[in-house]
Amino acid sequence: MIPGPFSYHRPVTVADAVKLLSTLGDEARPLAGGHSLVPMMKLRLATPEHLVDLHGIAGLKGIRRDGNKVVIGAMTTQHDLLASDEIAKSLPILHETALLIADPQVRYMGTIGGNVANGDPGNDMPALMLTLGASYRLEGPGGAREVAATEFYQGAYFTALEPGEILTAISIPAPANGHGYAYEKLKRKIGDYATAAAAVMLTMSGGKVASCAIGLTNLHETPLLAVDAAKAVIGTSLDPATLKKAAAAAEAIMSPAADARGPIEYRKHVGGIMVTRALTRAASRAG
Amino acid sequence: MAKTHVTMKVNGAEVEGLVEPRTLLVHFIRENLLLTGTHIGCETTHCGACTVDLDGMSVKSCTLFAVQAQGSEITTIEGVANADGSLSALQEGFRMMHGLQCGFCTPGMILRAQRLLQENPRPSEEEIRMGISGNICRCTGYQNIVKAIQYAADKINGVEFKEAAE
Repeated sequence: MIPGPFSYHRPVTVADAVKLLSTLGDEARPLAGGHSLVPMMKLRLATPEHLVDLHGIAGLKGIRRDGNKVVIGAMTTQHDLLASDEIAKSLPILHETALLIADPQVRYMGTIGGNVANGDPGNDMPALMLTLGASYRLEGPGGAREVAATEFYQGAYFTALEPGEILTAISIPAPANGHGYAYEKLKRKIGDYATAAAAVMLTMSGGKVASCAIGLTNLHETPLLAVDAAKAVIGTSLDPATLKKAAAAAEAIMSPAADARGPIEYRKHVGGIMVTRALTRAASRAG
Repeated sequence: MAKTHVTMKVNGAEVEGLVEPRTLLVHFIRENLLLTGTHIGCETTHCGACTVDLDGMSVKSCTLFAVQAQGSEITTIEGVANADGSLSALQEGFRMMHGLQCGFCTPGMILRAQRLLQENPRPSEEEIRMGISGNICRCTGYQNIVKAIQYAADKINGVEFKEAAE
């Protein structure tokens, strides 16, 4: 399988990348890890005339602490996330999730920026970003702006990115010490997208849930924040009746596609189970 | 489409070539450099037969363009034997433990296992299985591939290899 022909550009600054993307227009695509785009190009489902490779831009890669935020450069790979002490210490849910993405070879190339910016409902990081209250830095011809992850996703492959804009960094508020976390992903095999997955971040106080956020992957055309399900568990000890209520509230907002991963009813059903499991495991980890 | 000049170091030797931007790294390796040990399996980033080592990373060379590898250092299966031509610990392990049947996945398996052992010299069986989870073998059932990697790890660590009881 050979992709269609294209011109290759390798800018060394964000400003040059933005200039290239805005002057070349719709026929240009930014290239990050390329592990979503290149397979699509080989199938000729994507035929960009220009690729703007972001690997030459220094400063788009790396993880740093900025006050109470963790800032991750867009070109940071899943492998970099797994190797990071900062991530292991302050955002262990990111480590847990990265390990469930694709396989080792893909994780050396696949970037967090590409994962969140592509708008693919099957990607794991977007729902996690909603759960963590992350925001994205977008840089374009009109300058830079910060967009909340909750405002970013508009439909499958449709995002708040304007023509010529690229996502350059992700800011995540550092979670409270002693928080509980879990990412539960049901997949058919290693490397598969989720049949259903749920992210949970919570804090406990005196055996009761004090705060909670729940995100859902691949159960709608965009990642979802299950707000009512999270509300349902606040102040409870996650007893079986509460877990059942939370799963039902989450299932009520799911509208997965029927595909090779299963019919709609099945995917919603296992989506509820992922929520239950993630809540239980997160609570067991909370200090 | 205009061709681009690329240079890289493959198995210790400086190489160069003229490629279209759309030329995949695996095609450059096989067709320009005539190093056909790197196999093309699924062509869809699933099977891992095309795995090579690029600047300290295991990558699927069917999912990178040769232009992206400009200036990099690459190792393919042709470059893994010891300097005197004898088999590397992993090659020996695959031979001794019967870690291959048809052999199609073996170059990718060995390149991936080599990077795994460099990052984690004493992997558990679970870590080996997760470490090669991006490489598919349709013959062996993986049992002997895992043993081959354990054999190599022990040899590199100077420990006597003992097969686990089944």
